Amino acid sequence: MIKVEHLIKQYGDRYAVNDISFEVKKGEIVGFLGPNGAGKSTTMNILTGYLSSTSGRAMVDGMDILEHPLAVKRKIGFLPETPPLYLEMTVKEYLNFIYDLKKCSLNRKAHIEEVCRVVKIEDAMNRMIKNLSKGYRQRVGIAGAIIGNPEVIIFDEPTNGLDPKQIIDIRNLIRELGKERTIILSTHILSEVKAVCDRILIINEGKIVADELTENIEGALRGNRRIAIRIEGPSAAVLAGLKKIPGIIYAEISVEHEDGSATYIVESKNEIDVRKPIFYMLAQRSWPILSLEFTGANLEDIFISVVDEAAETADTKNTKRRI
Amino acid sequence: MIAIFKREMRSYFTSPVGYMFCAIFFAVSGFLFMLQTVQAGANANYTGYFSIILFLFIIIIPLLTMKLVSEETKMKTDQLIMTAPITLADIVFGKYFAALAMFGGCFLLSSIIYYIPLVMYGHPNFALYAGCVIGIFLVGSAFISIGIFISSLTENQFISAFGTIGAIIFLLFISSLNTYINNEAIRQFLAGISITSRYSYFSYGIFSYDSLIYFISLSAVFLFLTIRVFEKRRWSKS
Repeated sequence: MIKVEHLIKQYGDRYAVNDISFEVKKGEIVGFLGPNGAGKSTTMNILTGYLSSTSGRAMVDGMDILEHPLAVKRKIGFLPETPPLYLEMTVKEYLNFIYDLKKCSLNRKAHIEEVCRVVKIEDAMNRMIKNLSKGYRQRVGIAGAIIGNPEVIIFDEPTNGLDPKQIIDIRNLIRELGKERTIILSTHILSEVKAVCDRILIINEGKIVADELTENIEGALRGNRRIAIRIEGPSAAVLAGLKKIPGIIYAEISVEHEDGSATYIVESKNEIDVRKPIFYMLAQRSWPILSLEFTGANLEDIFISVVDEAAETADTKNTKRRI
Repeated sequence: MIAIFKREMRSYFTSPVGYMFCAIFFAVSGFLFMLQTVQAGANANYTGYFSIILFLFIIIIPLLTMKLVSEETKMKTDQLIMTAPITLADIVFGKYFAALAMFGGCFLLSSIIYYIPLVMYGHPNFALYAGCVIGIFLVGSAFISIGIFISSLTENQFISAFGTIGAIIFLLFISSLNTYINNEAIRQFLAGISITSRYSYFSYGIFSYDSLIYFISLSAVFLFLTIRVFEKRRWSKS
């Protein structure tokens, strides 16, 4: 549905987007993840035709955005980082304006009511946008993006600035919309992509540093499994014992508690389950386990390690060049 | 284009700007008309009224154009209209025609109203009167396109307004500047681009096609430049 090939956007000698290529299939929800200034918004702005790329191609449904701008724009609904709202209009006027702007040919009244119902703003229909709260404004922006039932929806940080309840509402809404549409959303909140997206693209400094299905991303990016165990017993001896267990590649004491127990972090290869050997070893020496949990390599770790790795490779390249 | 036009028209009347424009226009133009024609001692020569009303444009045209584009840039709503399935020309022309409709509507209505006392108490030459109205309308439309262009250059409404005021003052006064310049080539050039000397044909009762084309092309050039400004943003916005 969406195909991006070697996209580059240059400002002077700074690259905002540096050779990005990816594809999004019909019906997929893809998350762009990356720190601020990584090039997420720029990529989205190019896809929607707001900005032009320096080189490379962005295609929607087989049509290049630069060659067929109107046809492509008709297929896309876009919510920019700041929702583009006219503050002096009422919600109803605003949505009617967008309906005209997109030259929709649906049943106007029914469609606008339907959209308002979906994003839960029916009660604010006749209010001026400038009097609405941030959460409502964001939802009006989303309503604007989905007017005309576009096949592709692009959300730039849709949950930005909302309270936790509203964030959950909007995530559910996006998942609901994603059942029939292709969605790209960007965020720097990691749990968000995990909760909403089928696939994750991690972007850093204008480049894609990871492209994985959400369910694979943790396993694919870091092979280690991590457990936190609280054990009562002499900490040095316990640690030494843990390190001897085959399969454990790393162990450390994370916290020593006042009751004589300590919490240990143990890492093992992903395919080996070390919980049983740990239990037998500790039982033999009568060091009781007080708690055990998988901490997993969480998305935060993955994200930081991926971004660091990318930075490191860039660094080594630079050093090599310098030498 | 129609969607943009409708939104701009509505925006004029949901904010004080549209009402301010109408109020200032009718009050000042009515007063000037009375001074020039009905007032005792005045010579009932309405061409004087039309020449003076040009100077009212210094204030009222920027009122119409100052926020047309700059407000969109500032509120980031340009992202909405530039990603909608319409062309940049649709956007610029929609805005231009909205401002033109406001100005033209008030001006034509006032011209019709002021013609009534002229007919009641005198024998005005309709063709001359109509020629003046067309001439002024053309000058106004050219100023509006210049105002839109300046508005597209900044996201600050006030800079946009003052820039437009400056541009209109310059265009209205270059012909008087001419008296002080002792270089034939520069004088010719200034007379060529002067709004007032172009307009003066209409006030002499001459329907000058040169001037007609001059004013229309002046509008077209600045609308074209505005489209280019939008286009340029696509390439260089950071």
